[in-house]
Amino acid sequence: MRRELCAALVARAARPDLVFLTGDLGFGALEPLRDALGARFLNAGIAEQNMIGVAAALASEGLEPWTYTIAPFCYARAFEQIRNDVCLHRLPVRLLANGGGYAYGVMGPTHHALEDYGILSTLPSLRIFVPAFDTDVAAVVEAAGGDPGPAYVRLGRGEVPAGCTAPPYAPWRRLRAGRGPIVVAVGPMAGLAWSAFADGTEDGPEVWAVSELPLSMSPPPRAFVEALSGRTLCVVEEHVAQGGLGQSLATWCLEGGIAVAGFRPVAAAGYPSGTYGSQSFHRRESGLDPESLRQRLSA
Amino acid sequence: MARRGHTLRAETPPHGAVPAGLAPLAPGLLRLARWRLLAMHRTAGVGHVGGNLSALDAMMLVHHEMLADADRFVLSKGHAAGALYVTLWSRGLITDAELDSFHTDGTRLPGHPPARGLPGIRFGTGSLGHGLSLAGGLALAARLQGREGRVFCLTSDGEWQEGSTLEALIFCAHRRLSNLTILIDHNRLQGFGTTDEVASLDPIGRVLAGFSVEIREADGHDLPAMRRALAPGTDRPVVVVLHTVKGHGVPAIEGRLDSHYLPLTEEQVQAAILGDAVLGTGENA
Repeated sequence: MRRELCAALVARAARPDLVFLTGDLGFGALEPLRDALGARFLNAGIAEQNMIGVAAALASEGLEPWTYTIAPFCYARAFEQIRNDVCLHRLPVRLLANGGGYAYGVMGPTHHALEDYGILSTLPSLRIFVPAFDTDVAAVVEAAGGDPGPAYVRLGRGEVPAGCTAPPYAPWRRLRAGRGPIVVAVGPMAGLAWSAFADGTEDGPEVWAVSELPLSMSPPPRAFVEALSGRTLCVVEEHVAQGGLGQSLATWCLEGGIAVAGFRPVAAAGYPSGTYGSQSFHRRESGLDPESLRQRLSA
Repeated sequence: MARRGHTLRAETPPHGAVPAGLAPLAPGLLRLARWRLLAMHRTAGVGHVGGNLSALDAMMLVHHEMLADADRFVLSKGHAAGALYVTLWSRGLITDAELDSFHTDGTRLPGHPPARGLPGIRFGTGSLGHGLSLAGGLALAARLQGREGRVFCLTSDGEWQEGSTLEALIFCAHRRLSNLTILIDHNRLQGFGTTDEVASLDPIGRVLAGFSVEIREADGHDLPAMRRALAPGTDRPVVVVLHTVKGHGVPAIEGRLDSHYLPLTEEQVQAAILGDAVLGTGENA
């Protein structure tokens, strides 16, 4: 999604208050943005804590800062700056985090982001965006840029099943109708879940894509609520179960008195074999692949 | 004027004029602020007063003589919140009655500056290592917006052990944020020992002179010396090492490690206010 991100920000570059800070990343992707912004494009160096503190101060002066780095270097390395400097002050800093989940694959676990939105969901006023498809990115940039509070954008690799067309961006989208279980997939997992059941019958699962969190800021739409009661709920996410959307939705169902027939979360399992590989390898180890999803719902 | 960063004592430039709307800090007002700080801490029964007393003179000087509307102040050493509250009180931004709420349930004046809601406090601080990035961002914002205005950031000396403070210094020096003045309250005592015992950066002025900043040094309780040292810089950030005394003005706790945490006794407060060292328990008590 980096190319789409760059294009969306270049389109926004005419806004005089926009300032872009990168933690020394973006080579081979963000050069057009650098050229468009000139002095308002800053390479803040390999110093993410400082970058986010600086961005908070820029926002406090009415500027529109966007920070960019690999996801774990943002939410994990600079968590206290996000908590104290950005969120306690409710400052509109947009945190762009590349490589959600296992996206950095065989680069290894230091570069994976398996617990980002769970941790960040605990912070007040922070809206989290997880675009599902490449075509979502422009709308996400517009939404995050227009939000009066802080935002975290988890970027990954959009995957639209062959023969399908991604619907226009929305925080919650129904990708596939069906009378079977309700499958809720976070961000790019939506394409994977969609592909798993694209060829099924009307008795197959109903697949939803979620691209904004937490539920308190982006509650499920009425159509989802009406569809859910009495059906099995399966939440698919490239994120650990603890703090993930599965747990949030389970609590939300309990609080709302919504009785589901079953609950089958599928989440990132970490590194169960102790070995490393591509994003697809790690997804398979966690059951985050089409065949495993089909088995999970047929069991 | 020094062009390369190095410790500078004899060449400190003359201080600039007091901006319009501000007035020279009267020594009597500074003394009154110290008494009010002691009374506030005594009423609240809380410690951290040593690092407030070492920083109070600089904070009062900056706020009364240098901080015009276009300027910004960031208290990076948030544990000196009491000194900041009293300084804002001395400028009429916090009422006397509100100072009495310090550290109590329902207060707007907690032990470290809050994030929102108080005039004169732009950022909540307290976790060390945040303030210099915030100050650097403010200085950068002024440059990007084409605005005049200086940014002052008051750090402790111990907080230079935080890696994020050094990240911030690298950034500010590299960007040549000449509208930024960094004050270091060099009282040489931190939470559980002297700065030299715990993780020495001594002499901190010479250590930081390796960065592209202008280093100045001054007695942090000498107003004329601080006025000279806090004059605007030229083409890079200014770092002013303020040689201070923890617990300054309270003989019983001056230079003592326990002043970092322990609350004052009534006798210590009275001794300080009356200027009667005999009433205090003395250096070795």
